[in-house]
Formats: sequence, structure tokens, C-alpha cells
Amino acid sequence: MNSISNIIDWFINTGVLNMALIALIYLTVFALLGLFLVLLERKVAAWFQLRIGPNRVGYLGLFQTIADALKLVSKELTGTVKADKFLYNLAPYFVIVTSLMALAVFPFTKDLQAFDINIGIFFLIAISSIGVIGILLGGWSSNNKFALIGAMRSGVQTVSYELSVGLSLLTMVILTGSLQLSEIIEVQKSGWLIVQGHIPAIIAFMIYMIAGTAETNRAPFDMVEAESELGAGYHTEYSGMKFAYFFLAEFINMFIIAAIATTIFFGGWLSPFGITESLPWMGLFWFLVKTFVLVFLMMWFRWTFPRLRVDQLLTLEWKYLLPINLVNLVLMAVIVWLNLTIQI
Amino acid sequence: METAVLNSTTVKKSNFKSEEYFINMGPQHPATHGVLRLLLTIDGEIIKKVEPDLGYIHRSIEKMSESNSYQQIVHLTDRLDYLSSHINNEAVCLCVENALELEVPERVKVIRTILGELTRIASHTLWWGVMGMDVGALTTYFYGFRDREMINDIFEETCGARLTMNYNIPGGLMQDIHPNFVKRVKEFIPHFRSKLPEYDRLLTGNIIFQKRTKGVGVLSREDAINFGASGPVARASGYSCDVRKYHPYSALDKVNFTEALDTAGDSFARYKVRIAEMWESLNIIEQLIDNIPEGDFKVATNAVIKLPKGDFYQKVETARGEFGVYIISTGNKNPYRVKFRSPGLSNLSLLNHIAVGGKIGDLVATMATIDIVVPDIDR
Amino acid sequence: MGYFSNIYHGIRTLLTGMRVTGKYFLNARKGAITQQYPDNRDTLKMFERFRGEVVMPHDENNEHSCTGCQKCELACPNGSIEIIWDRVIDPETGKKKKAIDQHIYHFGMCTQCGLCVDACPSDAIKWAQNFENSVYDRTQLTRILNKPGSKVRAGVEE
Repeated sequence: MNSISNIIDWFINTGVLNMALIALIYLTVFALLGLFLVLLERKVAAWFQLRIGPNRVGYLGLFQTIADALKLVSKELTGTVKADKFLYNLAPYFVIVTSLMALAVFPFTKDLQAFDINIGIFFLIAISSIGVIGILLGGWSSNNKFALIGAMRSGVQTVSYELSVGLSLLTMVILTGSLQLSEIIEVQKSGWLIVQGHIPAIIAFMIYMIAGTAETNRAPFDMVEAESELGAGYHTEYSGMKFAYFFLAEFINMFIIAAIATTIFFGGWLSPFGITESLPWMGLFWFLVKTFVLVFLMMWFRWTFPRLRVDQLLTLEWKYLLPINLVNLVLMAVIVWLNLTIQI
Repeated sequence: METAVLNSTTVKKSNFKSEEYFINMGPQHPATHGVLRLLLTIDGEIIKKVEPDLGYIHRSIEKMSESNSYQQIVHLTDRLDYLSSHINNEAVCLCVENALELEVPERVKVIRTILGELTRIASHTLWWGVMGMDVGALTTYFYGFRDREMINDIFEETCGARLTMNYNIPGGLMQDIHPNFVKRVKEFIPHFRSKLPEYDRLLTGNIIFQKRTKGVGVLSREDAINFGASGPVARASGYSCDVRKYHPYSALDKVNFTEALDTAGDSFARYKVRIAEMWESLNIIEQLIDNIPEGDFKVATNAVIKLPKGDFYQKVETARGEFGVYIISTGNKNPYRVKFRSPGLSNLSLLNHIAVGGKIGDLVATMATIDIVVPDIDR
Repeated sequence: MGYFSNIYHGIRTLLTGMRVTGKYFLNARKGAITQQYPDNRDTLKMFERFRGEVVMPHDENNEHSCTGCQKCELACPNGSIEIIWDRVIDPETGKKKKAIDQHIYHFGMCTQCGLCVDACPSDAIKWAQNFENSVYDRTQLTRILNKPGSKVRAGVEE
């Protein structure tokens, strides 16, 4: 009897139980969020395309993705005979776990942050580059040439665009002087960083959005899937829940990219002009509003633009985004040095 | 262990050879628009060889035609290039009428031309939507279909079917035009005039689209002629070959229109030629729609049509190019031999020539601008 | 300088495209072209010339106007129409006359080309506008167009 209570005490004292609980809550909330992002995407796509979108399951089709998820869970898991079974099964977890891990560091409001580490931005950049390993593994191990081409493209794409994401965030770090996300938001109490840093910040934001869209492998940078070229790209051979992991991860990644932009450029949970400063819980509302505006922007990109070709993708990164980014970094440094930032 | 070390030291740079591999694009693939199978030889992303493999939708329509009467052949041509079914029907009817030396009323000629140009627009709007989809812009598909739907409604009201209309019969038309026909066409013209600039804003001007198509799949004028290309594919290379201009049929000799031409020969030129053709087709319809002459909608033919002994050829311009009907008759009620010269087959034959050296994405863009319809290629 | 004008030009064309889709997004409610098909069954009306399937209209006396001339059977390109007929003695004139026993229509083979309706001299068959034609068994697609016990309308001649 004693030993069991000892173990329980140990759990409570070390905070493992707390962590597990928080992790569980995060998992549930963000899995649901991912599902509803899928629904949002489908609705938004429909509205762009003169359609109605899902409207059958539940009120206004709100339960459509729940039904889809149930379908995916209950589907048979197929695979190719000559697939490298271990890696093939491992790949989806790489993708989904990394995208869920990144969520831990976001400050949704002042107090709602699971994990406030002092290298927050670094952590985010590092985590987001692990996801591509899953894609590479999936494409390589499923013994399908289309999947392999998709995976190789993904490798090329992520390695290149990681630079732009990193550098554009670095530009903003010059302004904040900290990598800790909560501190970055503190700094923005005297004006959102996109206002504080004006021209270089706007350039950095634009580059970040382009590179971020590329990081999530969404159109116009969806070379990895490129349905008219590769069928379904790296997840051609996946089905059922394993496919659902890839699918869900794509949408959670989109949310993460938008959430990073919200935190770094648009003041995170801070309300515009401090209008709801007396109500701390409104922070969550503002955070989500800003994030979803950016998510919508990414959807708008997707449903308007054609896809780039793989060499043009690299041209865009290495000949346009990267040089501009480097110049922009210097420009930002000069602006901070000369104290030309706008403080409200 | 020893051998491994040995190998690593003796490996020279020249030993790292990249290996070509084969990939089966199709018969089920989103970009091949049907059941076309392309055997690709690829080096990394670069295409070394494209071998189209046909036969997945072969229905031996030419052989079937030999056991059908001349009225019945018409409905089989619906199933060739189903996006230009009206023009295909017209070709057979014109061929039979020429052989019989039958003069159809002016009214029939004008209606045939209007419907033919509407078919061309319908085909090109569908192509535009699918073109956008092939290069990754999914929204164009729905905008293209919205406009095509209006034309399909016109067809359905007058001809009774949306795609396989079979409205032409040797000697005229199956029925007179529907009373709403003129009104609906007149509604459609301004609607489409306002939507075409939108097409340009959404896709034509888009920098990504231009980068994807400019300089991709370049076909020279000589090659266009050598491969027997026709239609927008050949005209984009500067080869003026519009059958409507050089061998006008039906009422096309009474209308003014310019042949859409370009000299670049790349995918973007083919795209622009088709967009220009839609404008021209609108012009043709506008010139004719107000002056549909009164008269009969058909002339009576024998219930059993027997063509005189001999061989007869008629070519028309479908949305994809030159479509020819060659009938050899021995004087019976059935043809001895029918040959359809379909534009799709010769246009596809140049794919290997122009796609080699490009990326996989280029191949898709090139295929989209060649505008393949597989049942037309594989008869 | 070409470098920067390229960027400017590129961004401008992208924004033009986004404006087009954005306009449709804002007008999404009235712009939707979706037909909610099974729901709009009551209002969905096909055009009167729509070729759904071949039917033989009968009047209130269970009479049709098919004389059994077999022109539709001849006109049909794929053998969808089969007519079983016999010569019966006309009670009024006492002459032998062709009359149909069964006008069999193989809907599964029909390509809806319209040649039979066009060929019919007495307008005995016409197109119906129904389009929900799927059945569970293809034998159900073979239909006998003349109703049992029906006869040809008086005065309809070949």
C-alpha cells in the first residue's frame, strides 16, 4: 500500500502528472482544432469556388470532419508489399508528433502557456525541421516512385525555406532582444513589432509568410503532393489513420506558422490599442482572431495561385528571398542601432 | 571490412552515375485526362523520354461505322472528341451531303456554325479550367465550368443532350432550334465577354503561371508541320492552318474573323491562342445570331442513304484541330471503309519531341496545352 | 533594376489574381452555382427536348399510335429496339394489318441518339425527361413500351 502512495506522491511532487494532464488536454484540443481547420479549409475553398461546401453532416456541416475522421479511423491500413515496414509505420508519427510538440511553447494568453522556455523561437524552428524527416521517410519507405519524387522534393524545399523562415524571424529577434516568446510579447506592449520595425518588419513578414507557406507544403508550394504531377506525392501509399496523421499535421502546421507570425509580428494575445487590457482572458480571443486571419490568408493563397515548378521554387528562395532577407537583416540592425523604431 | 575500405578508396567521381528510371504515368493519373498511359524515362526530375501507350479506350469506332448506315455513323462521332461532338457530327454530315450533292438550306448552315462555335467555346472553357488545375490553381476549374454550364444548357434545350448531342443529320438538323435559343445565346455573349478578362486576371497574368508555361514545350513551325499538328497547337507555332479560313464550310465563309496566331510555340503561346479563339468565336456567333435566315431545318433524304461509288473527304476545324472524315463507298447503304483523321493523335505524337528535357511539371503543363482528349486519340 | 521591377511586377500580378478570387469569396452566398441535387428534385425540371428514355404515350383508352412499321428498329444504331409483331385481321375492313405484340426497348444498350424518335412516322414514341435511371438489375432496363392489352389508335396508318 505504502509503495503505491509513494509512487503517487512522486508523480504529484515532480509534476509529471500535471505535465501528462496538460499534454492530454493539448492533444485533444489541437486534434479537434486540426479537424475544424480541415472543415474551415473546405468551406473557404468552396466560397472561393462558387460552391457551398460541406453542409450535410450536422448543423451547417459542422460535423463533416468528425465523420471523415471516423471514416479514416475505421479504414483498412494498406501498404505496399516491398515497403520498409518499420520506417513506413514510423513516418506518420514523426510528422504528427513534431507538429504537436511545437504547440507547447505558444503563449495563448498571459497565463496560458504550457512551456515557457527562453529559446522559444529557436525551439520552434528546430522542431519544424524535424517534420520533414517524417515526409522523407514516408516517401522513401513506401517503395513507390511517385512517393519518392515527392519526398525528395520535400527535402529540397524544406532545407531551402528553413533559411528564410529562420532569417526573417531573426530579423525580428534583433528588435526584441530575446528568443523567449513571453518576453517577445512583453516587448510588444509598446507597439506590435510589425509597427515597431516598420519597413524591414513588413518585408520580414512577407518573406515569412511565403517561406512559411512553403514550409507547410501548401499550394502554391505543394510540390511534395502536386496531385496533377505525382498523384498524391509522399503519402500516395498511406491510408486510413496513417494518412490522417499526415493530413492533420499539415493543418496543425498551418496553424503553427500562423501562430508564430501572430506572436512575432502581431503582438500575440495583446489586444489592438489595448482595448481589452482589463480582461486577461480576452487574450485568447485576440490570439485566435489574429491567427485565423493569417490562416485565411494562407488559404487564399492556396485557392488562387498555380503551383511553382521545383526549380522555380529554388530560384525564388535562393535568388530572391534569401538575398532580400540578408539585406533586410542588416537594415533592421541599422534601424535598431539608430533608434529609428516606432514606439507607441 | 577490408574490401569496403578498398572500395571507398577506389571509387572515383565518375563512378557516381545517375540512373534513369521508368515511371508509369497513367492510365489512372490526374494529369492524363482519361486513360492515357505515358511511359516516362526520367533522370531525377528531368524527362528523357515520353512514350504514350494507347489502347485503353479503343472502341473500334471506324470498324463499327462500316456496319452502320450513314445516319447512324453520326452518333458514333459524338464519342470521339466528346468536347467537340457537334463539330464532329457536322463533319460526317457535310461529307455525306457533299457525296450526295445535297444543298442544305442556309438556315441549317448558320445554325450549324453557331452551334459549332459554341462548342468550341465550351471546349475551351473546360480546357481553361483543367489547364489551371494541371498547373495547380484549382479554382479556375469551377470558373471555367460555370461558363461552360450556360452553353451546355443551350445545347440541352435545343439538342436534347449536353455532350453527345447528335443534332446533325445528313440533310440538316434533327429539329428546329428551340424558341429560346437566340435569347439564351444573346445572354451568354455579354456574360462571357465580361468573364474572359477575369480569366486573364486570374491566370494569364499570374507570374507563377507565366513562369510555368513560357518557354516550356517549345514547338517550332517546321516540327508542327512535320508532325501533322493542327489547331491551336500548330497555330501557336506560327503555322496558319485554320480549316475555317482555308476551306470554309457551312456559314463560315460569310463571317469575318481573324485566325489566332502566335509565333512563340511554347505552352504559353498555345494558351494565348485558345483564349484568343474564344474571343473570335464570340465574334462569329455575334455576327450570325441576329441573321438566322428563315427556312427549313432539313431537306428530305431517302430513309436509306446510299452514297455513290467513290471516296469522299471532308475536314472541319474542331476545338483541337483538323478533324477529317474519309468515306469510301461502294454504293451500298453502309460505307466500305471510314477513316477519321483525329487532331488528338497527331498532336499527341509530338509530345515526346517537345517534353524531353523538361521537368515533370513541364510535362504536365505541356500536356494540358496540347489539350488531349483520350477518346479522340484512341478511337 | 530589373530585379526589383520583377519583384514588383510579380507581386502585382499575384494580388490581381487574389482580388478576383476575393471578390467571389465576398459574394459567396449569392454566387454559389451548386445545385443541391436530391433536395431540389421537386423544382428540378429538365428541358422538354431532354433525351431521358424512350416512352410510348398511351391515351385514356389504352391506345397508342405504333403501327409496327419497324422504322425505329431499323434506325437504331445499337439494336436497342426490338418489335415483335404479327398480322391481325382488322375487324372493320377485314384486311390483314400489321400490329405490334411487344415493342421491346433495351434501355441498357440505348445511347440516346434520338434517331428512332426522329424516324417514327406516326409519333408513337417520344422522349421522356426522367434521368434517374439506375436500377439494381440490368434486366429491369429491358422495357416493354406498349402497355398490356393496348392497341393501335384508329386512323393511324403506316
